[in-house]
Amino acid sequence: MSEPLHETHLVVNGVPHTVAVPARRLLSDCLRHDLGLTGTHVGCEHGVCGACTVLVDGRPMRSCLLFAVGMDGAEITTVEGCRSAGGGLGPVQQAFQDCHGLQCGFCTPGFVTTITAYLGEHPDPTEEQARQAIGGNLCRCTGYQNIVASVLRAAEILREPEGSGEPQGGAPVSSP
Amino acid sequence: MKPAAFEYHRPATVAEALAVLAEVGHDGKVLAGGQSLVPLLNMRLAAPRHLVDVNWLAELDEVAVDHDAVRVGAIARHARVEHDPGAAEAVPLLRQAIEDIAHTTVRNRGTVVGSLVHADPAAELPAVLVLLGGSVELASAGNGPRRVAAADFFVGPLESALRPGELATAAVFPRPPAGSGGAWVELARRHGDYAVCGAGVLVRLDQGLRVASARAALISVGPVPVPVDLTDALGGQPHDAADWAAAGRLAAAAVDPDDDIHATAAYRRHLAGVLTARAARSAAAAAAAKLEASA
Repeated sequence: MSEPLHETHLVVNGVPHTVAVPARRLLSDCLRHDLGLTGTHVGCEHGVCGACTVLVDGRPMRSCLLFAVGMDGAEITTVEGCRSAGGGLGPVQQAFQDCHGLQCGFCTPGFVTTITAYLGEHPDPTEEQARQAIGGNLCRCTGYQNIVASVLRAAEILREPEGSGEPQGGAPVSSP
Repeated sequence: MKPAAFEYHRPATVAEALAVLAEVGHDGKVLAGGQSLVPLLNMRLAAPRHLVDVNWLAELDEVAVDHDAVRVGAIARHARVEHDPGAAEAVPLLRQAIEDIAHTTVRNRGTVVGSLVHADPAAELPAVLVLLGGSVELASAGNGPRRVAAADFFVGPLESALRPGELATAAVFPRPPAGSGGAWVELARRHGDYAVCGAGVLVRLDQGLRVASARAALISVGPVPVPVDLTDALGGQPHDAADWAAAGRLAAAAVDPDDDIHATAAYRRHLAGVLTARAARSAAAAAAAKLEASA
């Protein structure tokens, strides 16, 4: 039995797409399989690990807990959309490189989207707030210290005056 | 895992939603935020044949604060209620409890009413609704709407008084009476996890800042939120020096938790006492601060 398909319009990283999906297609699978945007990673697929976090109309959500069909008309930002305007590393990605905020990298896309949204609303977090901001994302490699440092470093990069050039290497923010 | 196939319905009005729900009956399930339902679907612990997506019903997207209560429509997200200054002023307990629900990412999509209907014994909002004596508004095709009091709404673990074909359209969280203060405390192994135990307490003080009445509602220590009247332990005592431990003992005696992989029954009972005492003290302090500010 073939399932009925639902025509669904999504704007992903600024690009409009029309997909025909079965109702049960998760947004995470739609992004990866229908649109080929494999930056969004699927870890637990029941809303615990945070790896699949994307921004829906600017707000972070678990893409494994959303049906693509229900997102009709939404603007989605994935990790691919978190790069800089020039196409290089975005501020959060740069901060992860600066601070060695990733090891295997599987969880990183969910962190990048989550932190991008968080810093948009909280440009100058304390370390404690940074830790809380990433509380919904699991990382099994790093022990989190360098990810917390990356949040603070990303905030620093975002505060740098416009046009101060491409991000520099920069020393990692000290971690406890 | 992936959900089993289902038929997707996207009604444009509440009336249309009720018509679909009436037609599909037991085979249908309402999809609101989906932050509890979709994990169940993904793990195939649930496989309804019809999903009725109510996220498009703008008429249910409301947070209305009036003289008596905060009324939350069926698709108002946790995050919206959490950041609504009017709601926080009218019923401070709401924001306090919502801050303990999972993480921002989940609160951005999950709904207050959905959490009530899901009736998880570890969920915060059912206890808040019970503590405040609130209610849930239910609609169905062909019948008039009905309003079910919190005390009758939570029937068992993951079971509410909602009947097949019904849609919960709103929840009403009454303002606590003048002179009241509330507090929510819970203990979870990790921030954002389900609570091993949680306690909400509402304390009302008299003009002399003595406890006039006090009650608690506890989660994760029974099949539904457990209400406990604390007035016998605290009544007549000063707001800053009442016998909080006695209130805790009342709560610990009132609950009947089970052992599970997260905690023993004895530890949960212990927490019920400690957290109730802690919440009662904060609630009394909040009530006193409010009374002093308005004096």
